[in-house]
Amino acid sequence: MNEILETLPGTTTQSLQSDEPKPEAKTRDEFDVEIDGTVGQPFVDNPKMSSRNCDVFYAEKQAIFDVNVDIGRNEIIAMIGPSGCGKSTYLRVLNRMNDTIPICRTTGTHTLDGEDIYAKDQDPVLLRARVGMVFQKPNPFPKSIYDNVAYGPRLHGLTSNRSELDDLVEASLTKAGLFKEVKDDLQKPGTGLSGGQQQRLCIARAIAVDPEVILMDEPTSALDPIATAIIEELMDDLKESYTIAIVTHSMQQAARVSQRTAYFHLGRLVEVNDTDKVFTNPEHQLTENYITGRFG
Amino acid sequence: MPINTILITLVALLIFGYFLGRKRSLAVAGSTAKGYSDLHSLPSYYGYMVAVWAGIPALIILLIWSAFSSSIVTSMTISGLPEQMQAQSKQQLGLVMNEIKNLANSGLIANETDPIKQAAAEHYQKLTHINTMAKTVVVFVIALIGLVLAMRLIKPETRARNIVEGVIRWTMIICASIAILTTVGIVMSVLFESLLFFTSVSPIEFLFGTKWSPQTSIRTDQVGSSGSFGAIPLFVGTMLISAVALCIAVPVGLMSAIYLSEYANKNIRAFAKPTLEILAGIPTVVYGFFAALSVAPFIRNLGESIGLDVASESALAAGLVMGIMIIPFVSSLSDDVISAVPQAMRDGSFGMGATKSETIRQVIIPAALPGIVGGILLAASRAIGETMIVVMAAGLSANLTINPLEAVTTVTVQIVTLLTGDQEFDSPKTLAAFALGLGLFVTTLVLNIVALHIIRKYREQYE
Ligand SMILES: Nc1ncnc2c1ncn2[C@@H]1O[C@H](COP(=O)(O)OP(=O)(O)OP(=O)(O)O)[C@@H](O)[C@H]1O
Ligand SMILES: [Mg+2]
Repeated sequence: MNEILETLPGTTTQSLQSDEPKPEAKTRDEFDVEIDGTVGQPFVDNPKMSSRNCDVFYAEKQAIFDVNVDIGRNEIIAMIGPSGCGKSTYLRVLNRMNDTIPICRTTGTHTLDGEDIYAKDQDPVLLRARVGMVFQKPNPFPKSIYDNVAYGPRLHGLTSNRSELDDLVEASLTKAGLFKEVKDDLQKPGTGLSGGQQQRLCIARAIAVDPEVILMDEPTSALDPIATAIIEELMDDLKESYTIAIVTHSMQQAARVSQRTAYFHLGRLVEVNDTDKVFTNPEHQLTENYITGRFG
Repeated sequence: MPINTILITLVALLIFGYFLGRKRSLAVAGSTAKGYSDLHSLPSYYGYMVAVWAGIPALIILLIWSAFSSSIVTSMTISGLPEQMQAQSKQQLGLVMNEIKNLANSGLIANETDPIKQAAAEHYQKLTHINTMAKTVVVFVIALIGLVLAMRLIKPETRARNIVEGVIRWTMIICASIAILTTVGIVMSVLFESLLFFTSVSPIEFLFGTKWSPQTSIRTDQVGSSGSFGAIPLFVGTMLISAVALCIAVPVGLMSAIYLSEYANKNIRAFAKPTLEILAGIPTVVYGFFAALSVAPFIRNLGESIGLDVASESALAAGLVMGIMIIPFVSSLSDDVISAVPQAMRDGSFGMGATKSETIRQVIIPAALPGIVGGILLAASRAIGETMIVVMAAGLSANLTINPLEAVTTVTVQIVTLLTGDQEFDSPKTLAAFALGLGLFVTTLVLNIVALHIIRKYREQYE
């Protein structure tokens, strides 16, 4: 993994100071590369989730173009790409969060364990309990730490009495690596925690309903490196029991935590490959441009 | 010069001073041969500084002078009166002085038959004249001194900008204190008059008495001269009507706020929100006759048809209409705070698999609660203070009842009836109005304190 990191440009100031001519001067046509389907290995055997022919529109504007991809079981798949390329939009397709945006329209076939999640008889509310989400900015509810974690279990009636709920809250906080820090303050407001703790609280909240998939949209972009490291470690533990899709702007993070990486570009899925391959030997020209910092 | 002429001239002087100061600062700066870049502040600040120096001391002197001069002139006039007139009682002396003043102002001194008054009026006129002259001269001299001093102060290193900043700050402070002092003044006067009232009626009777009939007779030999001042029925009536009003306004207002902010699309919202707010703009007298002429008879008929005995003027009618009136207080404020709840909260809740109404109940309302409580309390104090609707629809009879189908009266209504018509100023009947006012004030104060407390506690918890 270390070698990969060293080949990554983002960490070093080298690429900024290098004597190479400015990329855009040299490689205008590099960006006009045709995107013709997805290269690499977008499909896996026995996927946890999968999307076929996915288009997403915001009113008239199309944000996602014909995305076909599988998410494997108990893997962490990273989604990278320049800002505005539709990573968040695609992520929100997977738990139907886009349904809450009135102008947003999604097409294609999307399955969870082979089951069509956009089927007429699918209840998006129940789906979201199975496919949890952690957001870019920590967004604990204005409730106590305990109530934040208990929110989902109470909604879905997962526990039958108080002591079961207590146990579930404790277990979730423990899994999220937060229990030790807050065990005496469970009745204090969740909004009083530090940013990193809040984000772990949100993770605890998401795993309290025992989802099968956790979607994370830039979960560490509002956090400092130490809090980030804690959450990355946590993700590594979580993948034992969950499938995780993470959107990130940090290529180091993608390299560190994920097994597969998907590169999005202008609403299209350009390349999906094993993370090692994407960062050492990308198949597509656009992917290479992006990871070597020659984009944007 | 009369005072407005003084003021206008003073303003002209200030404008003049401004330009003078500006020019002077440029001249001072120019002499350093570096342009005016070495001025501490922009030239206009030196102008303001001169204007301030010229204006503020002069204005203060003018104010103080005007405040005290008339009483000084009066007492000087009185001391010029013959001994035996001075020996009169205060009131009589006041009457005489009024006569003399009127005489002096009317300009018909020559027509007066009483030579003493004639002389006094002339004396008064002369004193007033001297007073005005002296005032004018002093004010302008001070303004000019200020102007000259300020001009001499202008040097490149003078921090005119900071001086102007300080003046602006003090102006703000003074304006803020005016509002506060006015409140304090009103409270003090109400308190004082209430104390007068409590010398003739015991506070115990007022606070705990259950009979309100303030009719006192003017002559002591009339029957029923005592009057009774138990305020309990009034406060209960106020609470009853406010409670009915809040029962209407809180659910309806809150629900419409939720609908507007969470469910309605943009077009509906753009139309419905202003329409709702119009409710607050309808004059209360219109609500009043609506309540008295439409709602009260309707309720009465309705009650009769199901065998209930409803008074033709009922607390229910007044409360219902008042409830409609205060809906916008609840809905508008709640709508604002609900809309201000961050989208991230909603996303978080939806992402946990909550439905829309679960999200609203468990996340949005708690997050918006301080604002909602604020809106409700605003509506409540509005309801407690409302008069017109109650006068017209709830009647004047001070029944002690919590049955909304009967006629009741409220504190505000009784204040109105106590003070309308010719009254002696120091009869218990008139003074009772002040005591009632004090009661109302204390009630709303307590309400506000409670509200603040709730909000603060909540904030502490969730911020
Ligand atoms: N609520 C919305 N309404 C309309 N257009 C939207 C909305 N959300 C996103 N879009 C558009 O969809 C496109 C993809 O946005 P998206 O948020 O998915 O990008 P992203 O890859 O997550 O970017 P970032 O890395 O900056 O988060 C953008 O062009 C954006 O303008
Ligand atoms: Mg995004």
